[in-house]
Amino acid sequence: MRIGDPDYAAPADAPAERTSPRDLLRRFMQGDLASLRVILAIALIWIIFQTQNDRFLSATNLTNLFLQITAVGLISVGVVMVLLIGEIDLSVGAVSGFAAAVMAVLNVKQGWPAVPAILAGVLTGTLIGLAQGVLFTRFTIPSFVITLAGSLVWQGALLKVLGNTGTVNLSNSSITDLANTFYGDAVGWVIAAAVIAIYAVAILASHRRRVLAGVTTEPAVLLLIRIGVMAAVTVVAVAILNSDRGVPLALLILLGFVLGFQLITTRTTFGRHLFAVGGSAEAARRAGINVTKIRIIALMLCSSMAAVGGILAASRLLAVNQSSGGSNLLLEAIAGPVIAGTSLFGGRGSVWSALLGATVIGSIANGMNLLALESSVKLMITGGVLLAAVVVDAVARSRRRAEGRV
Amino acid sequence: MNGNGAILATAGISKSFGPVQALDDVDFEVRRGEVVALVGDNGAGKSTLIKAIAGIYSIDAGKFFFEGQEVRIGGPNDATELGIATVYQDLALCDNLDVVANLFLGQETLLAGPGRTVQALDEIEMEQRSHQLLDQLSVTIPSVRSEVGTLSGGQRQQVAVARSLLGEPKVVMLDEPTAALGVPQTKQVLALIKRLRERDLGVIVISHNLANVFEVADRIFVLRLGRKAGAFAVRDTTEEQIVGAITGAEFGEPTNEIGER
Repeated sequence: MRIGDPDYAAPADAPAERTSPRDLLRRFMQGDLASLRVILAIALIWIIFQTQNDRFLSATNLTNLFLQITAVGLISVGVVMVLLIGEIDLSVGAVSGFAAAVMAVLNVKQGWPAVPAILAGVLTGTLIGLAQGVLFTRFTIPSFVITLAGSLVWQGALLKVLGNTGTVNLSNSSITDLANTFYGDAVGWVIAAAVIAIYAVAILASHRRRVLAGVTTEPAVLLLIRIGVMAAVTVVAVAILNSDRGVPLALLILLGFVLGFQLITTRTTFGRHLFAVGGSAEAARRAGINVTKIRIIALMLCSSMAAVGGILAASRLLAVNQSSGGSNLLLEAIAGPVIAGTSLFGGRGSVWSALLGATVIGSIANGMNLLALESSVKLMITGGVLLAAVVVDAVARSRRRAEGRV
Repeated sequence: MNGNGAILATAGISKSFGPVQALDDVDFEVRRGEVVALVGDNGAGKSTLIKAIAGIYSIDAGKFFFEGQEVRIGGPNDATELGIATVYQDLALCDNLDVVANLFLGQETLLAGPGRTVQALDEIEMEQRSHQLLDQLSVTIPSVRSEVGTLSGGQRQQVAVARSLLGEPKVVMLDEPTAALGVPQTKQVLALIKRLRERDLGVIVISHNLANVFEVADRIFVLRLGRKAGAFAVRDTTEEQIVGAITGAEFGEPTNEIGER
């Protein structure tokens, strides 16, 4: 192949493999750097509440905040899988309640040990996802209809398994410890050091491999900033948590799932195919991807994570009752990732958005409770935030389209 | 007929959709290092012919020959395995993925060792191979990590063509590759088609634009109402003759029928 082919129109846009500051600004505006935007939003929310009530940023309240968001954050991790393929699952709230009820009844009424009961609860979610996924792909009914119907069915199932009393109290320590275990100072710092070291080594090793291979790299400065920010956040967080009750197991469970799903979505073929199906199902199909399989697995992961979240919520509440998985849980679990930059239109987003979005929503709820606002005000403010997030998503999308037409 | 020297040939291909005879006894061939333009009015059977070769439509009658051997094309996988790649008009790219991800979509390279069991992507290998491929084809894009949605129509078309080459095909079929492109972008895509010819591929191009056809093709195959209306060597043909063949108007004896070349 001749490089100097005279027929070839000279490349006006010479390869610019490095990321320029203007490029970063553009990505920020288009929503690609939504994470940064959300972190700024969280900082703003925290400052506002702190000025209104100086207990907001206290160690005790921040620890409470993290405990409050674990269940919804775990559910959101699953919701991200479904949002990435451009679908939605309206059954996650009901599934979380039903799966927790299955666990509670097996443990308390049937006398199952904790671990099999928990696994049975999670498996309940997985099977529900399988059923809804098969119905969705087999009959090509919109996912929101299938899962809305499912939501009612699983709510009914929750009432059924709870029986006449309508509530099951949990006393098995293995189950209640999930949300009520705090690690001592030393353990907290060891975890922090390990996390920072693994993160730094992973990033730098990957950077080195890429440099040696001569492929695109992010500027080294940016990597160092990321490592620095990550280390600072970890140290500050552990310091705050240690000055109260310590690092909660529930938070580690949430972070573990977020990290695991982050790796699955960004580093594996399955993750790549999730994004492909969300971007263009037809293109994915023509590329030989089994779109049906990807959709069913995404819905199964979503329902499974809903079950995990429901079990954590039950552990925190020390009970499962008729309102488990109800109230605003569904809305918050879906709104969180969207607020934090995962598109409702599919193909864009990340698992981090589950954590960040849950933090935004949790912070607002926590702060408003601290200020003892009326329910009417709280509902309207929460609704306003959701609306703003969806508008931002739609605007970012139309900006991308405008750019794409160039 | 066994397609004398042709890499791909069809003999007596017929295909009907209900009462409509989309293809009627069509003999078609393409050789190595040759660009054949497939032209004809709307409904002449161009896309049907391409889809029959690509295995998307099953044919009612006729035979396929690949490298001189009779072959059966019963589905898209048969065509792909023979080494026939198709680039469709609507590109079939994922706008939200970068160029590397699109090039390797559905055929990702996996890490060796334990990475393979968890289906971990080998991004470095894929990126290097993307660079090689695009350099060979002189395709210029801002970065192989650009999202495909941010590329121009011409760049997207070039990515789509490059993608079809990853499977090392011997024949590439392009459906209207320059439709909806501006002049400079059309030039880029035509240059790319010429480079496919230099790589000794057999290239089949559907196009409505006769100027483009005359610029890039070696031979023009005209379909009219599902039947072969003539095959012309480009250098001995005028646009009037082609238009005549497309419309079915009188165009004189085609002294340059292929086979006499």
